[in-house]
Amino acid sequence: MTRFITSSFSHLILLIGILIMVVPVWMIFASSTHTSSMINMNGLQIFLGDSFYENYLRVLLYQGGFFKEITALKMFFNSFIMATGVAILSVVTSLMAAYALVYYRIKHATLLFWIIFITILVPLELRIFPTYSVMAELNLVNSYFGLIVPISASAIATLFFRQFYKTVPDELLESAKLDGANTWRFFVDFLIPLSKTMIVAMLIFMFVFGYNQYLWPLLVTTSEQYWTVVMGLKMMSGSIVHRFAFVMMSMVPPILIIIVLQKHFIKGVFQDK
Amino acid sequence: MSFLDLKNVTKIYPNGTKAVHETSLSIDEGEFMVFVGPSGCGKSTLLRMVAGLEDITEGDINLDGKLMNEVDPSERDVAMVFQNYALYPHMNVYNNLAYGLKNRGIDKETIEQKVNDAAKLLQISDYLQRKPSMLSGGQRQRVAMGRAIVRNPKIFLFDEPLSNLDAKLRIQMRLEIKKLQQKVGVTSIFVTHDQVEAMTLADRLAVINNGIIEQLGTPIEIYDNPKSLFVAGFIGSPQMNFLDGNLKNKTLSAEGFEIKDVNTEHEGEVTLGIRPEHLVQSENGLINLKVDLVEQLGSDNLVYGQLKNIKDFCYRCPGNQTIEKGSNLSLNIENKKYYIFDKSTGKRVN
Repeated sequence: MTRFITSSFSHLILLIGILIMVVPVWMIFASSTHTSSMINMNGLQIFLGDSFYENYLRVLLYQGGFFKEITALKMFFNSFIMATGVAILSVVTSLMAAYALVYYRIKHATLLFWIIFITILVPLELRIFPTYSVMAELNLVNSYFGLIVPISASAIATLFFRQFYKTVPDELLESAKLDGANTWRFFVDFLIPLSKTMIVAMLIFMFVFGYNQYLWPLLVTTSEQYWTVVMGLKMMSGSIVHRFAFVMMSMVPPILIIIVLQKHFIKGVFQDK
Repeated sequence: MSFLDLKNVTKIYPNGTKAVHETSLSIDEGEFMVFVGPSGCGKSTLLRMVAGLEDITEGDINLDGKLMNEVDPSERDVAMVFQNYALYPHMNVYNNLAYGLKNRGIDKETIEQKVNDAAKLLQISDYLQRKPSMLSGGQRQRVAMGRAIVRNPKIFLFDEPLSNLDAKLRIQMRLEIKKLQQKVGVTSIFVTHDQVEAMTLADRLAVINNGIIEQLGTPIEIYDNPKSLFVAGFIGSPQMNFLDGNLKNKTLSAEGFEIKDVNTEHEGEVTLGIRPEHLVQSENGLINLKVDLVEQLGSDNLVYGQLKNIKDFCYRCPGNQTIEKGSNLSLNIENKKYYIFDKSTGKRVN
């Protein structure tokens, strides 16, 4: 009996926690399906209304911005390009950096690694003006390249891959060498497949990181054509229900990417161990 | 010139440690050579230098008439079986075997043919689609060997491949390796610290200590005729008994007994070595053994006891004899089978 009470109690706490997290999101979603006059009069809503399609379609296709040049759809496209670009580029560069640091006979490789690692302590905001001026000099303001590249060097991903490579037994490399694998083949045929799960994890992590960027895209784009979703949240004008709808939609891509890739991630983890 | 020729090969690590002293060694085609020695004696380093996984500090390695010093491991045409097998964990058995062939640009049909042949030879055909993590220790061992065989290399290198197996499987795999090597006929070097493995596998044996080959020869030569104290103590199980003694006028006195007419001119402090199996019981024998402990192995009894100043002196007798703890045995040395070593240099003197 006491066990029943304690377990009910802990479940109750968990339920309250879930409610605290879910209810605000739900209320925004429910409210976004009503008309704006309804919200203006009655406040946030708990139950669904019947303006779902109307509101969401309008938001997706509405020509917004100061110059009415950008739609939410285009912002999603931009955000997707940026987040994917950041994810892929940062994973590729960190994989290669870690490979070089662990397997090449570089003098002071450890020192070099720590220098890379220290950059974690330097947030983007601190170097944002010099970085901007570099991009401006290179004529890369208002381009996907300018959005992606300056934030795609990831010390954290490098750290993860480096630590993983260090656990790969030397015999594997030696055996591969005797089997005729050169440096490139060892990287492609061994390290990449072996770090598959970690690559997926880093892709998720860096995708969300890229997607959530706000200050950098704000600075490096002046054309509305390059607005991203997170910027759009701030820039978006219009009625409250449309903003709610946009907020709801802005959450979809990161959630989707986690759902899609997590399957591979977990599969990989259980298959290899 | 023989098939594999090591000439004054030396390894000095950057920190100054001399792992392998000037070593010269010739191995004939098809020969099964075993490097045996305690851990840290440099036997693995020597093997890895042949493979090209360690740089040679000085000296030359010739394989099949070609100087190998600067040749990349992938170009040497050697195959190696590692202690932990080093199977490729993300590839199935088939791809583990096929990988080296793919890298050599061999066409798919030939690869399939070769992999299947090797798999059949090693009886792993049923596991070709499995990942290494789904195999038992013995199966992994076979896959590791398959990976070596399938490439048809000039030389097989085995780096303590049996030490991760349990005792029974080890004996079985030992036998299989020997049979396989005889069947395939590839020159092999096998590194081990286990003297039984060394004795049973080797055509020739190199006993290595502190980076020096102490003795080179067939297993029986080395067993019958050890040239140094180290070799004598290392080869043979149970270990040879060692007694302190003194040589003067061809008479050796040790532990309260004397051996006359020793065939050496050497004089001074010596160590006398007697193998446990070279002792026989006889009345008025040289050695009086007070029995402390009897290990019954079934086929043999290992009798441990005390001499005057020596503990754990071992005598091996047939298993059908009953020997009581605490009894006194009178033992003689069979057919003058004793070994005398100079105490300071450890060199054999008789």
